[in-house]
Parts: sequence; structure tokens; C-alpha cells
Amino acid sequence: MTSLTITGTVQADRARPNTLTSGHRACRGCGEALAARWVVDAAWRAARGQLIAVTATGCLEVFSTPYPESAWRLPWLHSLFGNAPAVASGVAAALRALDRTDIRVLGQGGDGGTVDIGFGTLSGMFERNDDVLFVCYDNQAYMNTGVQRSGATPPGARTSTTPPPLGNRFGQGKDAPRIAVAHGIPYVATATVADPHDLERKVTRAMAVRGARYLHVLSPCPLGWGAEPADTIRLARLAVQTGLFPLYEAAHGEIVGSTPIRGEPAPVEAYLRPQQRFQHLFRPGAGSDTIRAIQAIADQNIRRYRLKEA
Amino acid sequence: MRNQLEGSRAIAETVARCRPQVVCAYPISPQTHIVEALAELVSTGELSGCEFVNVESEFAALSVAIGASATGARAYTATSSQGLLFMAEALYNAAGLGLPIVMTVANRAIGAPINIWNDHSDTMSQRDSGWVQLYAQDNQHAVDLHLLAFRLAEERSLPVMVCVDGFTLTHAVEPIDVPEPEVVDRYLPPLRPRQRLDPAEPLTIGALVGPEAFTEVRYLAHRAHQKALDRLPMLLDELAADLGRRCEAPISRYRVADAETVVVALGSVLGTIKDTVDGLRDDGLPVGALGLTMFRPFPGSAVRAALTNARRVVVLERAVAAGAGGIAAADLALATSGLPLHRYQAVAGLGGRPVTRDGLRQLLTAAHADRLDQLTFVDLKPEPLEVVG
Repeated sequence: MTSLTITGTVQADRARPNTLTSGHRACRGCGEALAARWVVDAAWRAARGQLIAVTATGCLEVFSTPYPESAWRLPWLHSLFGNAPAVASGVAAALRALDRTDIRVLGQGGDGGTVDIGFGTLSGMFERNDDVLFVCYDNQAYMNTGVQRSGATPPGARTSTTPPPLGNRFGQGKDAPRIAVAHGIPYVATATVADPHDLERKVTRAMAVRGARYLHVLSPCPLGWGAEPADTIRLARLAVQTGLFPLYEAAHGEIVGSTPIRGEPAPVEAYLRPQQRFQHLFRPGAGSDTIRAIQAIADQNIRRYRLKEA
Repeated sequence: MRNQLEGSRAIAETVARCRPQVVCAYPISPQTHIVEALAELVSTGELSGCEFVNVESEFAALSVAIGASATGARAYTATSSQGLLFMAEALYNAAGLGLPIVMTVANRAIGAPINIWNDHSDTMSQRDSGWVQLYAQDNQHAVDLHLLAFRLAEERSLPVMVCVDGFTLTHAVEPIDVPEPEVVDRYLPPLRPRQRLDPAEPLTIGALVGPEAFTEVRYLAHRAHQKALDRLPMLLDELAADLGRRCEAPISRYRVADAETVVVALGSVLGTIKDTVDGLRDDGLPVGALGLTMFRPFPGSAVRAALTNARRVVVLERAVAAGAGGIAAADLALATSGLPLHRYQAVAGLGGRPVTRDGLRQLLTAAHADRLDQLTFVDLKPEPLEVVG
């Protein structure tokens, strides 16, 4: 690695490593594939190429490693669905024992692998403050198995296990980044695929720190959200502009910064309407209360994370 | 040199001398003394260069070991009973990835009903997980099997579990020789992993494999077990040369050569069985005992060879397959097919119930006279059964 003083994004650099290289089998417009390449490339650069990735079972693992192919250009390990954080802890422990802490460890999973089935091992990795950056590519349901509800599915959303007219229930779900913050770990951040500068900056910050770190990346799924592949970036941006997905950073249990929404926040309808998973809310007389309740969540986020520009 | 030691302590000291680089710990009785002793050995510096990781579950314990082993570190953990079952998914994964992890299982019953005492239900439930399974007959045997386990695991890139009877062995204090560090170092060279995660040589480990190659992967795993069995005599000879004593594996024979009735068993119950055999021999009954030290891979040829002169065999197991009967008995029947043997299955010592010499004596006497049911639950009490009817 030579070019470490780049002012643009890692992706704009001709020497970008392409850790997740082309030829994999992700769907058109896959937010996760985009997020993973940007995240791992940025982490790879921050680690000067000394990086090992551990990946949970899920779309990312399936579309990138159909034997005998692999799209990964770094040492990469997949074990199970629910244990990626623990496996990453094991890699980090081995590197300490082998006196190779120059090599860094990145764990990654979807929202199912992170927020649901892998949550115990994630919490364990956090509380031990193991030297792992764990990244959740959140597409808000079990997309690999055919769009079933996860603990990260938003209220009102249609999935194959939360059918209309109600969709996913209100008052449920897990706010994984906030729970990560509550562990008091050195660094937590949220990001989306709509802003690669912000995403790369957060990865780079996370890599500058030792100990347990968590990055939660909103990664739209055209298939599961019922959206146009060309709208992946637009939807991620709208999630931020409505306040439904707040961008913030936290260190050692305290929120240290959030990204204000530019101008007036967009109404949640602008985000919900292009997605088939929310279409039942727009049938005549069907979901205006639901839309108001979703707007209330956005408004609460705007207050809680101070997302309105002063 | 032999010292009065608790089994768990002797196992922990032996493991420490095998220089594990990552040890994962989660408490469960009756395994806990082993990881407690290892924690102490790490904290005093007696075991150096080792990361001791306290995890939040057994599933995490083995998962941390998987990550460590894939990175090229010698990884060890220990568990029992429910903990082994909680690991089940990771057990198959470690074997499928061909990771040379060594684990001690302090054998204990599985609930419900919850029961912390010894039997073999836990490890028998994972017999097909792809792990090598070794069963210790006493604590010296347990110590020696741990040396063998690390060597075998790393030579064949296979995970190995050493099964040690909970409480009966783990909590028993007896004179045990823990091999000196230089002896262990001579027998067990530093780990040279078959594959590892290394930025200098990036590998994808754990890819998705479809119908076009999955059968071949499983076939290779089966062949790896067979090769482990083939390699065993040489590893045992070397171990004997280094230790000055033989570690009995894959089977142990006790007065079998001229025995008409042979009882086959696994683990510490063989001690009582051998005493019973001696008593019955004094009475003129030609009986013998065959121990299965290795259950996976199953040493079918050795078992068959040992039973060629026998007329009947009683497989006594501390586990039962509900709705079927014996577990080891089924493997043994296959290995001895065609031999003119009367085959009996006995289920004994479940959930810590003592297997007594009196009970064994009755069992073997009845078997020797061919007055035994095909499947017998030894020492079955009528009273609790009457309640259910």
C-alpha cells in the first residue's frame, strides 16, 4: 500500500483494493453489496491491507462465495449465522496470542445475523471490548430467506411474515445502535449507502480506535422493499432526510455528534410511497393513522438526535 | 512423577503443557474446575502466550475457538451436557471446516429432567458431528488422551473431544502423572495449520458449497476419520516412547482372549467392570471386558478382531436412544456382523446412578447363561414406574 494520503474517497482512488470484487451474484441495486465494498475497502486501507473479515450467514456470504468462486480479496471466514461476532473475537484473540495485532479484524452481518440470532454473541463481544469492528448491513428483514420480519423491520412494513393490512406491529423491534451505545464501547456510528464520504469517514474513525466498535449501515434491498434497483441510494437518502434513520456517532456510551438534516425534513410519505412494502398504507382509508405514527417516530428521532439545523 | 491430584486439575495442567494459545471458558458443572484451573495457570504466568477468553455461552466458546483456530492458534475449550448441545451447530461447523480444536467434555446427563450427574447422553448425541471422540477410563488415561488429542487433531486437521466422566473422574483425587513440559514438547510440535487466515495469502474459508461438491466434502471428512484411525498406532507408539507407559486406544482388552462372554463399555465404568470380571473369573466364568477408547472414528476392525473367539457380547452403555436402545451397540453389531455372537444391550448408570459390582455380576451371569433380554435397563426400580402405569 502506497497511497495513504488520499483526500477523496477510497472508492475514488485508483488504488482502491476492491476487497469485494466484481462478478459476485448480488441482485441489481443491492445496497448491501455496495455498503460492504465501501466499508471493507475503507477498513482495508485504514489497516494498510492487514485485515481479516468474518461474515455471518446471509445474502452477503451467499452471493460472494458460491464454491469454487470467491469475490473476496482478503482473508475471509464464514462460520455460522449466529456466531460471527464471537468468531471475530476468536480471530482477535488469536492475533493477540500470535503477537500480530498489526492485523485488524472486521466482522459483518445482515440485520438478522446481527440484531436477532447473533445478538448474544455481539453483546458478548461488546462487553469484553474485544478488538473487533462489527458492521451490520441493515436491510430491515431476512431477505436471503425471502423477506421475513426481523427485529430490525420497521413498524408498518409488509414482510412475508407480517402481511397487510397491518404489516409489522408497532411497539416492537430493536434499536441496535442505541443498545451498542449502552454497552459503553469506544465507538458506535450509523451510516447509509447514500453518503460514501460519511460512511468511509466513520469506518476510518472506527479503525483508528482499538476495542469493540459498531457500525450500523442502512442498506436498502430492492427485492425486499419492493423498490426500483435504481432507487437504492435515493431511498437511503430519504430515510435520513425524513429522520427515520438518524446519522450519529457515539464514543464510550455518549453520543458525540449527529448529522443534521439539510433544510426542512422530508415527510415520511416521500420515503414510504416508492416502496411496495408500505403500499398497503396508501390504500384509500387504510393507513393514515399508521403513516402518522411513522411520522411521529421520525419526529422523535429529530428531537432526540437534534437533526434539525439550528 | 505421580502426584495426588483432582482429575480436573491434572487435565488442566496437561492442557496447559500442550501450550494452547486461546482458551475459551464458560462454566457448567462438572466441567468448571478445568477452566478454573486454566484461568489460574494463565494468571500466574505458568501458561504464557495464551489468551483466556471468558465468553457468554458455550455456543460462543466454541465459536471463539473456531475463529482462533482458523487464524492459526492452538485453541481449547471444555464443556458438559447442555453446554455441548448448545454448541451443536458450531460442533458440526468446526468439523466441516477441518479445524484442529481440542475440547474436554466432562460427561453429564441431558435434561429434562435436569440432572448434573454423569452419563454419556451428551457426547453420544454428537457422535455424528465429525469430531473424533476419545473416552477416558481413569484420570491417567484422561491425561494421556489429551496429549494424543492435540497431536491427532493437528496432524489430521480434525477436531477432537476427550470425554471424561463427570464427577467420577473430574472430581476424583488420585495419583496421576502429568507429563513434564519437555516430554510434551517432544511429542507435540508447534501447530502448523493446514490453512489459516493470513493477509499475506488471502483465503476464503467457509464458502457456500452446492450439490456439485457437497458429497465430496463429506466423503473427504469420512476419509479423514479413517486416516486418523490408520495413523493411531504410530502416534501411540511415539506416545509410549515419550511417556514410558502405553495409552490404551482405540480399544482396551481385559481378559478377552479366552472369554466366551465379553462386556463392552466406554469410560470409567470399565474399572468396576474389570473388578467384576476378576470376581467371575475366580468363580470359573470365562468373561472379559472390552473398552472402547475411541468411539469416533469407530474402530470396527479392532473390535471385530477382539471378538472373534467370543460367543456373546453385552454392550453396556451410559446412554440410550429412546425408541431404539443401545447406541454403541448398533455400531458394534455392524462391525461384528456375520460373527456367531449373541448380542445383548444393557443401559446402566444414567444420570449418575452407580453401576455396582453386584449389578454387573447379575447382568453378566445372566448373559453368560443366555438368560438375558435383548435390551436390559440395569437396576430398574419398579416404584416410580407404578405411578405412571
